Amino acid sequence: MTKTKPRIGVFKFASCDGCQLSLLDLEDELIALAGAVDLAFFPEMSSHMRKGPYDIGLVEGSVTTHHDASRIHEIRKQCKTLVAIGACATAGGIQALRNWHDSKQWVSHVYAHPEYIQTLGMSTPISEHVPIDFELRGCPVSKHQLLELLSATLAGRRPNIPTYSVCMECKRKGNVCVAVAQHVACLGPATQAGCGAICPSFGRGCYGCFGPAETPNTVILADQLLREGRAQQTVVRDFRSFNAWAWPYRQASEKARSL
Amino acid sequence: MSRVIEPRKKNGTIRVDYMARVEGEGALFIKLKNDQVQDVKLKLFEPPRLFEALLRGRHFSEAPDITARICGICPVAYQMTAVHSIERALGITVHPMVRLLRRLLYAGEWIESHVLHMYMLHAPDFMGYRDFVELARDHPAEAREALRLKKLGNQIMTLLGGREIHPVSVAVGGFYKTPSKSELEPLADELKRALDIVFDKAKFLAGFDYPDFEQTYEFVALSHPSEYPLNEGRLVSSKGLNIDASQYEDYFTEHHVKHSNALHSVIRGRDCYQTGPLARFNLNYSKLPEVARQAAEHCGLRVPCLNPFKSILARAVEVVFALQESLRIIQIYEPPPVPRVPFEIRAAAGNAITEAPRGIQFNRYTFDEQGLIQSVKIVPPTSQNQKRIEEDLKNFVPGIVALPIEEITRRCEQAVRNYDPCISCATHFLKVTLERE
Repeated sequence: MTKTKPRIGVFKFASCDGCQLSLLDLEDELIALAGAVDLAFFPEMSSHMRKGPYDIGLVEGSVTTHHDASRIHEIRKQCKTLVAIGACATAGGIQALRNWHDSKQWVSHVYAHPEYIQTLGMSTPISEHVPIDFELRGCPVSKHQLLELLSATLAGRRPNIPTYSVCMECKRKGNVCVAVAQHVACLGPATQAGCGAICPSFGRGCYGCFGPAETPNTVILADQLLREGRAQQTVVRDFRSFNAWAWPYRQASEKARSL
Repeated sequence: MSRVIEPRKKNGTIRVDYMARVEGEGALFIKLKNDQVQDVKLKLFEPPRLFEALLRGRHFSEAPDITARICGICPVAYQMTAVHSIERALGITVHPMVRLLRRLLYAGEWIESHVLHMYMLHAPDFMGYRDFVELARDHPAEAREALRLKKLGNQIMTLLGGREIHPVSVAVGGFYKTPSKSELEPLADELKRALDIVFDKAKFLAGFDYPDFEQTYEFVALSHPSEYPLNEGRLVSSKGLNIDASQYEDYFTEHHVKHSNALHSVIRGRDCYQTGPLARFNLNYSKLPEVARQAAEHCGLRVPCLNPFKSILARAVEVVFALQESLRIIQIYEPPPVPRVPFEIRAAAGNAITEAPRGIQFNRYTFDEQGLIQSVKIVPPTSQNQKRIEEDLKNFVPGIVALPIEEITRRCEQAVRNYDPCISCATHFLKVTLERE
């Protein structure tokens, strides 16, 4: 008896391509994965691009153009399960810094002929445009979490993706706390685990590339950083990077800015 | 799906709306009249992310982390060019071992990026496959070795930077943390093993059927007195250019063309040029280690090579170089006394050029007395090669116009891929349209 393989589509919006590259970085699993599923639409890897519907759609990148704002609705219709992967798709990415500025002025700054450029004033996550089934965090995503997500979705179970903070990973690795021991600004307490606490392991503070952990207290963290003498503008920048537009980070940066 | 359609013929126009197997996306527009090429345009419509604007007001210490996000395929190229620009601005000299570690990190990225491009993106073109999965089905042993080699590049980056995409260790003045000697040593065996089998791999690639197509190029690459270039050197060309990074903007300029979001780079008073593996190979052959020169010999690659399709072989030779260089560094490495040197922040401006896997990258940074960035210019390799890709296509298409449209499309895509265009690295996206009058 032959069973149809689940069809997967990989879609790109405004992004660096790093999250979909994570699939190709699964060197040990790629061949097996390609055997288990049908990578029906994955232009970065294959010129054999087939039309939907797809069982799983992986969306990388944020929405920054009118065209993309309508394309995401088409993609949603074509995908049984739709997953936003990475900080751009889940929070708008680093390009969401424009959301606090005049993006027209920014375009004129970069391009000699701004009239050739079509872009929206805001960079927004996929969930602001269509309902999604899951968000996989990270800038970039963890390839092991991506594999777990695919396996779980195909098996019809919930993916085992922890939502606790980076601190848990640090403790588990036996890292000495960089915030306590070195007085380094660290977003670890308010950032979701998944990276393996790599920044503290390299002796630096977490810069929040996995976005807010579940029920984070980002405003208190911002207060604490300020109390320790960190400059107001620096604290604003701490929370305004790859997940700047994620609500708990946005709240903290706006609070710090308003002081 | 509006964008994703097979090649189709409509009102005498043949278009492919989406170009596969380039990192990032875009389109190609070719206009023919009586089989003569009238116009070629390479369109890049990756949504602009405005990095040069969003970096203003950020502290320079954040630049390596932020600019890495321009491209997930070559983040180290952005990190390196950023830190070198800032260090040149402040007059910082890093420890010799830090310099070597940066070379090792960059070599890891070259291995990963080159193997990805050679086997997963470009080889399927030469072999008539639509992707690497099809290639792997017919050539499982080659595919396994390619993946193992790619993984080795990623292991180097992960060891030095915590992860392969957007590593976290690069800092102005050095690294946040440097490895111990014993942490690096386990890589040596795998590097030796890879070097033992590379000749077989090179033979596999050398056996492809290469189009008989040569062009006159101005090749541009870094040149260092004693090393194959990665992080530093003077910028030289096959037509006699020899300048410091600080003179880059006097000699090179960018044009914003209507059909593309990527800016077109040209040499002032001259024209387009080629940067990347073939340019480096042609200009720096004598700096390659013996084993890499043997690999070149083995696959019949000689200086000057003017066939852009053979860039895949230049990549293979550079992988051999990167493996050998990694091994050399691991063998002589001793941890530096401190991971990064202390420095004082002051208002300054600086620039640098480094060799990304796909060609030179230029950066200029200006910052104030607090270290806050006032202006940044980033010229990635893809925008530098873009006009040259169009020129190649203008000359390549007349020789293949008699072929069926699917075949013309496939071969044009292959010709574009000679340059390993990382479209997102020019902040961008690629598409193919062929119009007959």
